[in-house]
Amino acid sequence: MYYFLQQLINGLTLGAMYGLIAIGYSMVYGIIGMINFAHGEIYMIGAFISIISFLLLGVLGITWVPLALLLVLILAMIFTATYGWAVERLAYRPLRGSFRLAPLISAIGMSIFLQNYVQILQGANVKPLPPQVTGGYVLGTDGGFTVQISNIQIIIMLLTVVLMVIFSTIIAKTPLGRAQRACEQDLGMAALCGVNVDRTISLTFVMGAALAAVAGLMATLYYGVIDFFIGFLAGIKAFTAAVLGGIGSIPGAMLGGLLLGLVEAFWSGYFTTEYKDVAAFGILVIVLIFLPTGLLGKPEIEKV
Amino acid sequence: MSVAAQGVGAEKARFDPARALKEAGLAAFVAFMLFLPMMGFRLVGAEGRLGLEYRPQWVVIGVVTVFFGHLLVSFLRAMRGAPVRPAGRVGPVARYVNTHAKWFALAGIALAFALPFTPFANRYVVDVATTVLIYVMLGWGLNIVVGLAGLLDLGYVAFYAVGAYSYALFAQWFGLGFWEALPIAGVLAATFGILLGFPVLRLRGDYLAIVTLGFGEIIRIILLNWYPVTRGPDGLSGIPRPTFFGLVFTRRPAEGEVAFHQFFEISYSGLHRVIFLYYLILLLALLTNWFVLRIRRLPVGRAWEALREDEIASKALGINPTNTKLTAFALGAMFGGFAGSFFATRQGFISPESFTFIESATILAIVVLGGMGSQIGVVLAAAVIVILPELGREFEQFRMLLFGAAMVGIMVWRPRGLLASREPTIRLHARSAGERSP
Amino acid sequence: MTAPLLEVEHLTMRFGGLTAVDDLSFVAHDRRITAIIGPNGAGKTTVFNCLTGFYRPTVGQLTFHGHHGPVLLERLDGYLIPRQGIARTFQNIRLFAQMSVLENLVVAQHNELMRASGYTVYGLLGLRRYREAEAEAVDRARHWLDRVGLLSRADWEAGNLPYGDQRRLEIARAMCTRPRLLCLDEPAAGLNPRETAELGELLLGIREQEKIGILLIEHDMSMVMGISDHVIVIDYGRKIADGPPAAVRNDPNVIKAYLGETEEEELPEEVKADLEARGEGGG
Repeated sequence: MYYFLQQLINGLTLGAMYGLIAIGYSMVYGIIGMINFAHGEIYMIGAFISIISFLLLGVLGITWVPLALLLVLILAMIFTATYGWAVERLAYRPLRGSFRLAPLISAIGMSIFLQNYVQILQGANVKPLPPQVTGGYVLGTDGGFTVQISNIQIIIMLLTVVLMVIFSTIIAKTPLGRAQRACEQDLGMAALCGVNVDRTISLTFVMGAALAAVAGLMATLYYGVIDFFIGFLAGIKAFTAAVLGGIGSIPGAMLGGLLLGLVEAFWSGYFTTEYKDVAAFGILVIVLIFLPTGLLGKPEIEKV
Repeated sequence: MSVAAQGVGAEKARFDPARALKEAGLAAFVAFMLFLPMMGFRLVGAEGRLGLEYRPQWVVIGVVTVFFGHLLVSFLRAMRGAPVRPAGRVGPVARYVNTHAKWFALAGIALAFALPFTPFANRYVVDVATTVLIYVMLGWGLNIVVGLAGLLDLGYVAFYAVGAYSYALFAQWFGLGFWEALPIAGVLAATFGILLGFPVLRLRGDYLAIVTLGFGEIIRIILLNWYPVTRGPDGLSGIPRPTFFGLVFTRRPAEGEVAFHQFFEISYSGLHRVIFLYYLILLLALLTNWFVLRIRRLPVGRAWEALREDEIASKALGINPTNTKLTAFALGAMFGGFAGSFFATRQGFISPESFTFIESATILAIVVLGGMGSQIGVVLAAAVIVILPELGREFEQFRMLLFGAAMVGIMVWRPRGLLASREPTIRLHARSAGERSP
Repeated sequence: MTAPLLEVEHLTMRFGGLTAVDDLSFVAHDRRITAIIGPNGAGKTTVFNCLTGFYRPTVGQLTFHGHHGPVLLERLDGYLIPRQGIARTFQNIRLFAQMSVLENLVVAQHNELMRASGYTVYGLLGLRRYREAEAEAVDRARHWLDRVGLLSRADWEAGNLPYGDQRRLEIARAMCTRPRLLCLDEPAAGLNPRETAELGELLLGIREQEKIGILLIEHDMSMVMGISDHVIVIDYGRKIADGPPAAVRNDPNVIKAYLGETEEEELPEEVKADLEARGEGGG
């Protein structure tokens, strides 16, 4: 029972991170119907910017953890969002109206480019960050097994909830959110109605990248080590989460992320860690085949 | 000149310095935001404590380059007018190469056959050429799936791995030689293709890409963890070398074997095997090419292209989309399997490290850069991608960076690839405009 | 009286809460041109999509007397329906744009050629049997290119053809499947009056010479009335009239559906033309 509880906590933490990345996939897919294959790399860049910001703040003498965390969060979101914006502007915008596979191939190219860009600039070796947030709470002990929730896990979950609230408000209440929903329905019609489509799409990428940056920061804090290759697996898993929840749906992305995180945690807790990635891919394939609209997605009617 | 025409002309020719400066300034600002964290600081000292190295000069150089580069581009654009060639059109070079494809192909094949006997050939050159040909073969194989059928397969390396491992394992377990194992490996890879393809081929194109990517990773993870069979990260070694009609390529053949140099009564040279392997892959690659060119003109090949162009219309003509795509997937996989077997016999050692996503991405890059569906383009792209890192360590490091950027660039400027211009598979009239009765 | 070719009984198609086609029944006959007309959004294209297997009807029975005897279309997978002898065109033309005109027509004969090529094996070996079958397919393609006036453009990339040519090529492609029933989804949309007249001639010619049935969705009333043997009018998914063109034209229900409550005679000519023009392009 306690073991189960521990896996549940670990799974929710993991799932929160997947969910934040998955939202980026889902929003972009909802609005322009493409898989932003480079989104995983944006998350990786977010993690790098976080680690660099931490070190920089240390040099500047800002060591009070809550302040440092807040500043890193803001810096990572701003700079990573710029990457999200630039990727859309350079690799996707010129391709609107091109043939079907063009944006996807371009996205794969962008993904390869960003990975190597970071590898060349920052080196291929892993980057460890000493624990910034320590401590936690013991929830109970049973026959030598301790269930605990660390402060990092609490921060991750709280931050995710806060971001989800802010984010849902943006989509539901602001003119930007309205423009996004309009673009989701029909890009051409939205443009005719005076929605600045280019700007809306750009801002969608910016928001997705900012959320991925938060996930990158969380990963940096949680695992304490990153390298230029982390975006690849995280990207696929977050995509799986987005599909599982129903691609295009933002609550779905979060739900899918949490479910995937739980599956992975329980899988490695009860079966074997070696094949946990196989579990994630297996879910992806099964969902796509049997439930292509995901849990919360809307069915697509084939237009003839 | 009419007023309207003047207006258009003026728009093309006028260079507005204020606007160009403003735009360049914006670009430079974005570049600053991009470069500041990633270029301005470098994480150093991974093992002990992580530290920062400051490189402000890089940021300055980067930002200044973007600023003036942007300015230059807007200036050139204003001078030369808007981009002349609409997307999808091919350039004169591509047109020339394609109209003379036969001659280029014949010259290329002749050159390929003569290569080991040219004066500049040595073990290293032949070795590199062999690697190029492996990628050419993989590119041609993947071209069936991506170029003809329009299915984006990001896990092609899985079939390559299946081919390599099945040969290695068949040799280990049943003592099969290369020639017996080759068809089995191809069939096995095709079977894997069908097993994967059957459930996923009805998915939308972009979903298919991700699922194939996942499949490639699953295969790699299994190879990595199924220790009793695959020996995990240690890999399989001692894979038997191919024989030339039963002749082996060793200095001192084992009991009952005859060596190549003994049979032909020449002195032993390690080069013999290298050259033999080179001709072997050359023949395999040419077989692939012959097959692709031939099947393109058959109903199934045309159905692939029709499905790529419009699946709904294809269905309305009675084409079974799932089966047709499945054949493309299986045949592409089969050639991947053949290439994998060759890879195993050439290296004598395989491990999961050779079958990562990067490998899939490289093959895809070859197909995309060469022009989807173009045969000669694939050869050129494969040559560039293999030879570039051989030229020096700097190129090695920048190779994938350049290829990633090139994939984006090709999609933006030349979506059909550098050398693609499609030739109809069947003609009613001769190439010249005049009509010809049959 | 010719034999019935297609019998649609109680066809109903719902999308969620929306009923696009509601209890529609009609018969299309061999060697006749049957037209389905109706205002925008009346459910005409949905009927087509049910017939050609792109949608599975919610309710209804679609009996088709095809090459191999009567079949129930609603039970067949979409790609099997053309093999029974139904060919269709699309409202927004769907050609294989990067393939040549001739290739478009050869692809249309896929299933026969596939058999002749021994499911690719004979074809790879280059056997004569396949080469002959291909030559025959090219002959049929040439015949249809001639009929639609595209012979000289056979080797063009289909996507580079002018609009009107693309429409005719799509019809030629459908005919290359050797159908018993040709379904045309607004073939005159976007054509000028001269092209529309030529299209009418072509369709009449197909009816006479190929002895097949044609099912037509159209907005261009003049063409429908000019060439159809039988007109079915639907509105909001329901059939409101069914009969020969002359009878349908004067049916009060039809006039009401098209022009609202106003009597047709009271409207000036230009308003009528305008109403017709607005009717185009949707459905």
